Amino acid sequence: MGEAEKNRHNGSPDRAAQAVIYETPFDEFWRLFKRDRLAMVGLVVLVLLLFMAVAGKALTEWWVVFDPSTVNLVDKFKSPLSQVSTLVPVDTRPLLGVYILGTDELGRDVFARMLQGSFVSLSIGFIAVGISVFIGILLGGLAGYYGKLRLGIMTVDTLIMRFTDVMLCFPTFFLILTVVALLPPSIYNIMIVIGVTSWMGTARFVRAEFLALREQDFVVAAQAMGLPERRIIFLHMVPNAIAPVLVSATIGVATAILTESALSFLGFGVQPPFATWGNILSDGKGFIFDAPWLFFIPGLAILVVVLAFNLVGEGMREALNPKLRQR
Amino acid sequence: MWSYILRNLLQRLVLLFIVSVIAHGVVHLAPGEPTQVDPSNPRMKPEDIVKIRKAFHLDEPLHLQYAYWMRDLLSGELKSFKDSQPVLPKIWDRFLNSLPLFILATIIVWTLSFPTGIKAAIRRGSIYDRSTAFIAYTLISVPGFFLSYLAILWVVAVLGVPVIGMRTFGMEDAMPWFQGMDRIWHLVIPSLMSALGGIAVLSRYVRSQMLEVIGQDYVRTARAKGLPEDQVIYHHALRNALLPFVTMFGFLLPGLIGGSVIFEQIFAWPGLGRLGYDAILSRDFPVILTINFIAAALTLAGTFVSDLLYAVADPRIRLH
Repeated sequence: MGEAEKNRHNGSPDRAAQAVIYETPFDEFWRLFKRDRLAMVGLVVLVLLLFMAVAGKALTEWWVVFDPSTVNLVDKFKSPLSQVSTLVPVDTRPLLGVYILGTDELGRDVFARMLQGSFVSLSIGFIAVGISVFIGILLGGLAGYYGKLRLGIMTVDTLIMRFTDVMLCFPTFFLILTVVALLPPSIYNIMIVIGVTSWMGTARFVRAEFLALREQDFVVAAQAMGLPERRIIFLHMVPNAIAPVLVSATIGVATAILTESALSFLGFGVQPPFATWGNILSDGKGFIFDAPWLFFIPGLAILVVVLAFNLVGEGMREALNPKLRQR
Repeated sequence: MWSYILRNLLQRLVLLFIVSVIAHGVVHLAPGEPTQVDPSNPRMKPEDIVKIRKAFHLDEPLHLQYAYWMRDLLSGELKSFKDSQPVLPKIWDRFLNSLPLFILATIIVWTLSFPTGIKAAIRRGSIYDRSTAFIAYTLISVPGFFLSYLAILWVVAVLGVPVIGMRTFGMEDAMPWFQGMDRIWHLVIPSLMSALGGIAVLSRYVRSQMLEVIGQDYVRTARAKGLPEDQVIYHHALRNALLPFVTMFGFLLPGLIGGSVIFEQIFAWPGLGRLGYDAILSRDFPVILTINFIAAALTLAGTFVSDLLYAVADPRIRLH
């Protein structure tokens, strides 16, 4: 039963009419999203994390106190909240002389490393997903818009969708592992490989959306007005097809962060000068008895952040689901 | 029907061929070669490298290498670069090791997800629904090896269940009964751990399918004519909600390879995933490519079977 219909039964047609007229799609999305308390908590966590990542990048770059690569061998394996030893040079001591999250096997400040890692882990997630969304929209859009065009023996649509099927046949994690292991270790390779192997879902639903949108009046009108095709595609059609892409991109960032930590566990992750949560965690697993904080802090941090991305993604999916909107 | 099957099989064979060409290209074009695994080895002289490259056909053009690989694979004579053992028996052994882990994990996933998902759908919005949702999201958000390490610590300390490898060393002389029990105990924790993610995903999927069906008119009709609630849920709703899951059987097969690398590594399980991992470490191209090939073949076979199953299970679908 639709919102308007329900209100009519309650005898308040004015309010229903108002709701129909004045609510923009975003307002409606936001009203439904806000009702999901878990998703709101997730959103708050993500906003905090974003600030932390940017601040962390700035602090670890420019402030020597937060330099994650400062080695203080006198202070190795200090538990969280312990005092800095007096042997450490004054200018490299942590803030207030306290290791908030302890130190690791080389006496590096875990807090500083986590700060730096938050930026690196997030950028792996965002760039990998950015690549996959770009490829997905491009191929899905081409297949959806120019699908009927013939190239030799097959149509554009067949060509692109068969290629998508081919990519879906690869065991994804095994493929990522193979390529990352064979290429020289670099953080950019990891981002690219994760991105290039995860665009298939996006391409599929962008194509489906485009097939539906192509027949709609506003697209036909735009074509009739003689707008250039790239303008129709990017300014008129992509914004209308973007909602499901955003949902899967949000969940994709979560998956990319987990994939990076799994690669780190197998020894193919981001290499030492960069700290990521994944490699702090997999380095920490060797000290699980002697220094449990090296294992639990990054592990719980990954859990909380990935959970936040998943909750926000699911909240968005629910709020955008037309079937659930009616209730 | 038969023409559909035939045409579909042909299409899939073409896809498989393209997949194998791409995989072959990726593996061979990427830097890093079997000869470079151990560059610091003083006994490895330049002339040895030349000899190795010649023996493995590494100097030939790519399409010839592909032809050699396919010829050896199809005639069953493909040899590993690493130890010159035949690849297919090697993979088959590991496959047999992975199989019990996979089967038990699948059984755990399917038996736990359905009751949880159905109950969550029936009591939509209740505390049960919200807490299972939260637990499910937590399970897919936790790095698999983090949770497994915690489980290992806890299980070894509290329950005394063995967790590493497939069997306890030195049990070879024990009675078959004890050996069997030992095998089963070793299976429990790894399969439970690799099942957790699946439970989370599948139970959410069951829930959304049930919700979809419960909102349908025929369920309302069944309620309206005064049937008991149990009969409405399990007879009218569940039977229709089950339909999409028929197809999921097809997607299970590839999970045998892709998903198992991490868990087999953690639990020192000598399965297919670890074989692949070791092959990657030693640049053992024939093994990497063959595992990849088998995985792609399984995926294609899986989607094919699920299409057929769907047509059998759903009378509305006709294959042309």
